[in-house]
Amino acid sequence: MEIIIGGILLGGTYALIAMGLQLQYGVARIMNLANGEILVAGSFAALWLFAGAQLSPVLSLVIVVPIAFVGNWLIYQYFLLPLVKRSKNQGQLEVDSILSTFGISFIFVGVMHAIFGGEYFNYEYLEIPFQVFEEPFALNRIVAFLGAAVAAACLYFWLNQTRSGLKLRAVSVNPDAANLVAINVNRASAMAFALGGAVTAGGGALISMFVTFDASIGVLFTMKALIIVILGGVKEIRGSIVAAFVLGLAETAVASLIDPGLTLASAFLLFILILLFRPQGLFGRQTS
Amino acid sequence: MTGAEVRNFAIAIVLFALAALIPLAGSGYWLSIGVSIATFMVLSTSWALFSGPTHYISLATGAFYGIGMYVVGLGIEILPYPVLLLIAAVLGAVLAALVGLATLRLSGVYFVIFTLGLAELIRQLVNWGQTTQGSSSGLYVLTDISEPMIYWQLLGLGAIVYLLGWWINRSRLGFALRIIGNDEVVAVHSGINTASAKIILFVVSGTVATVTGALLAPRLSYIESSIAFSPMLSFLVVIMALLGGAHRLWGPIIGVVPFMLVWDLVTAKFPNQTTLVLGICFLLIVYAIPHGLAGLVEKYRARARGAF
Repeated sequence: MEIIIGGILLGGTYALIAMGLQLQYGVARIMNLANGEILVAGSFAALWLFAGAQLSPVLSLVIVVPIAFVGNWLIYQYFLLPLVKRSKNQGQLEVDSILSTFGISFIFVGVMHAIFGGEYFNYEYLEIPFQVFEEPFALNRIVAFLGAAVAAACLYFWLNQTRSGLKLRAVSVNPDAANLVAINVNRASAMAFALGGAVTAGGGALISMFVTFDASIGVLFTMKALIIVILGGVKEIRGSIVAAFVLGLAETAVASLIDPGLTLASAFLLFILILLFRPQGLFGRQTS
Repeated sequence: MTGAEVRNFAIAIVLFALAALIPLAGSGYWLSIGVSIATFMVLSTSWALFSGPTHYISLATGAFYGIGMYVVGLGIEILPYPVLLLIAAVLGAVLAALVGLATLRLSGVYFVIFTLGLAELIRQLVNWGQTTQGSSSGLYVLTDISEPMIYWQLLGLGAIVYLLGWWINRSRLGFALRIIGNDEVVAVHSGINTASAKIILFVVSGTVATVTGALLAPRLSYIESSIAFSPMLSFLVVIMALLGGAHRLWGPIIGVVPFMLVWDLVTAKFPNQTTLVLGICFLLIVYAIPHGLAGLVEKYRARARGAF
């Protein structure tokens, strides 16, 4: 029982991280390998606001999310759009954007290392035990989970029920065709990229309440987000939410039953299974 | 062989002979830089054998390298050194084949992601294995293999890699790979088994990286998983190969030599800013010199020829 609830709580936060990457890869077609660093930057921002201004991490979202949105929009406009324009096909864009976002992620790590140093950080906020089915869980985990659920619901509603969300989905299905029906593809992609970054940074601020982090931990989150997106099926928001819970449960089970040092191994096991048996993802449709 | 090939062979042999003389100069500093340069020459040239024509970015070098180190670290007390090298090569080949079979049949992105986590995955497994066995986390490698010996072994491995690369380029396999790199759909339609061509090359490149790790283990004398499976190594290899130009056999080496000399200064003067510098290098390569130094050389050579 403890494993199941712990796994679901962890899965909720993973879902939030994966949704950010999902938007960036599914719509803007940028495999953003700096995703984890943006998350850690969100964590550091929350820590800094909490330590400096006594601002609650939940309230700090009001500051972190808009800044991340603008920051990611600028990254897209100045670093990634030139690559989109330069590349002749999707393969070329993938190679270039992978290298470029690696560069950006290293710069993020370098800058955060320079500002905060190489130590591990955590802080205490809402460390109150909270009873769920007679098992105690820290309240901050539950708050993070609820935050993730609200964000997921908003995104889902926006993508499926509004006109601007429809534009993004059209671009994700076929950018050329979307262009023909008078959708500004570059603007929609920039929007999706910025929104994805904002969601990720918000997720970082939320999980900073209960995770110990340092400047170079981002790549682990990137790995997990990537595995979730592939597990769920690229371009399938519902798929990645389910996949996030699968990963959360698998990791919690492995950590508490076998060894806490093997969390990445469990994620990789899922990854290998999906590659071997269902490469289009749990919810993805077979492409011809 | 054409006249140009004979000339290139002669140049290569002279360069190798000159490089082989470095340990005789007796300077510890230059020998140590020489070992680093030779290491990355082997690693990035073998990386480019696979990733150059196919454009699949492999970040698995660190994983193979670490496995090579651990094979030597675990077996040095029991088995003779050459046998260990052979075991390392076989293990590297098998792992590369497995990774290739799982990922290379699909699109390139899966491959990149998989290799990105591979070194960390194997590191976690090694740590877990060591703690459940109750052994200490580090391994001692005490041999009488001196640094000049390591250097010459690396040069020998480098020569093998170059010959192999030259031979692959001329073979049907190399031709198939270039078609895959240009357009995978065309390659499939002209009857090329793209998956097996990619897997063969990845196995070659993985085997070389594993043997390199095995060759360098005696230099460290103490091996720990965080050193053997350093995540930085894979990125350094990618950067140097791309800086030189991964589409030519001689490309990586002209990236390795200047980069290692500068990198040595950077790590000495600004040990805390290495990641930042690495990031800037990545961006510079992508935006300023997408075809590497080799691409620049070719462009100017073509322009010079056009002027006459």
